Amino acid sequence: MTTAQQTSIEKEPVRVKIDNLSKSFGEQVILKDIDLDIAPGEIFVLMGPSGSGKSVLLKHIAGLEMPTSGTVTLNSAETSDPDTFAKTKIALVFQAGALFNSMTVFDNLALYPREHRLYSPQKIREKVMSTLRILSLENAANKHPSELSGGMKKRVAIARALVMEPDLILYDEPTSELDPTMSATISEIIACLKKEVNVTSIVVSHDRDLSLTIADRVGIIMNGEIQAIGTPTEIKNNKDPLITEFLNPKIDLDNPRYKTLE
Amino acid sequence: MKQITRALEAIGDTIILMVRSFGYLGSIPRQWHRLIEQCYLIGYTTFPIVSILSFFIGSVLALQTGYSLQGFGAESFIGAVVGLSMARELGPVMVAILVAGRVGSAITAELASMKVYQEVDALKTMNIPPERILVLPRLLAILIMMPVLTIIGNVIGWFGGAVIAQYVPFIGTDMDAYFQSLRASVAFKDIFDGLVKAEVFGFCVILIACNIGLKTKGGPREIGHSVTRAVVVSLILILVLDYFVTKALL
Ligand SMILES: Nc1ncnc2c1ncn2[C@@H]1O[C@H](COP(=O)(O)OP(=O)(O)O)[C@@H](O)[C@H]1O
Ligand SMILES: [Mg+2]
Repeated sequence: MTTAQQTSIEKEPVRVKIDNLSKSFGEQVILKDIDLDIAPGEIFVLMGPSGSGKSVLLKHIAGLEMPTSGTVTLNSAETSDPDTFAKTKIALVFQAGALFNSMTVFDNLALYPREHRLYSPQKIREKVMSTLRILSLENAANKHPSELSGGMKKRVAIARALVMEPDLILYDEPTSELDPTMSATISEIIACLKKEVNVTSIVVSHDRDLSLTIADRVGIIMNGEIQAIGTPTEIKNNKDPLITEFLNPKIDLDNPRYKTLE
Repeated sequence: MKQITRALEAIGDTIILMVRSFGYLGSIPRQWHRLIEQCYLIGYTTFPIVSILSFFIGSVLALQTGYSLQGFGAESFIGAVVGLSMARELGPVMVAILVAGRVGSAITAELASMKVYQEVDALKTMNIPPERILVLPRLLAILIMMPVLTIIGNVIGWFGGAVIAQYVPFIGTDMDAYFQSLRASVAFKDIFDGLVKAEVFGFCVILIACNIGLKTKGGPREIGHSVTRAVVVSLILILVLDYFVTKALL
């Protein structure tokens, strides 16, 4: 990628439009006819049981998977066109972190601005360190990912996404390995990015509090299909038994299903 | 039938990877550090083993030649035989085999693990092409290091032959006569042809290692499978290419 192309990136919030998207891996159908229209600057939270296709959907938006049929458009450019990703800065916080294991935490964050020559080395240093500080990672800067705990890796992955100053951030379960305080910090960061820089955010999360406090809209995906979509209030008041069951699971200490464990 | 299409597909993928990587040639001034790091890694990991093996290959050649030519005036031939065999054939092939086992396997393991643990996907979302920062520096590094390693291998091999010529009694020649015979028969073209071979082998080995690494799918188990496949394919290819390159250079 030439620098000319890089510096011509305009800072504009991204509209994500998904039309009729279906995806199969071999025989297995993972996503069925997904339609979504996410407004510029919106915080969209996607919830759903494990294995329902949330991560696969995020990868389609990031251009890492191509749909079997249907389209994903970012502003007006389709993800099937590689130039789309030169025009739109997307950051994906991977569910498993996907940190560069051979690099220190500092270099993990500095790679993007260095490769695209966004700032002077001095400025990159400052930006990386201040981002690490936001996530209480300043002491981890010189460590390698293998020396970090699961929650720290997750925070580094988030920090690496923030340093990119993206127009669209995709978070894949950002708070799944974090303690409640850290989870709250992440929620604040997501909300703050919307307010200050008008970033579009798509958050896959099981965290009901996070979802219902920061989301503009919530979508619930089950078995590869969007089961419900609406504002947090609408979702909370949804009467579909599948949805209420999913959002308010009951813990039954005498569930006969587990008798065999005794 | 299915295997043939798969092999053709792999060849196509490998060529595409090469073309894409060299498309980023302009980025090299910005990634000197990666190029130098890769040169260092290749040199550092293969130099000791190249030295030891060359020495013994040179010795064995001298020993076999000396033994076979006993009574035929061996002293005037040993230097020539060891000199030419090392320079034209054994030097480049041996270095290439060691590079496949030592460097190629490590590259496949590293890239396969980056692929499996989604580091390659992370690079793609950052709009940093893996071909640019992972493949190109390695391809250029091997082009720089192959001649260096081959020349080192040749010289040490020649020296190994000389030691045998001097100290094994039934051979009955000395280092001076050995090197005289070597100098008289090894021309610059012989050494140059050997270096051309080395470049071709080394380049193919690293290209294959990168391609198989980056094409790895699945989990940790597949990393091991990829490494094995890369080494086996490289070894076969070195010997097959050896025939064709030799023929082309004759
Ligand atoms: N690369 C792949 N190849 C085949 N199947 C896959 C692949 N990635 C995901 N799947 C399948 O797709 C389904 C949805 O996965 P995923 O999106 O990761 O679920 P989740 O909603 O928990 O994030 C799962 O059944 C998984 O096995
Ligand atoms: Mg997931």
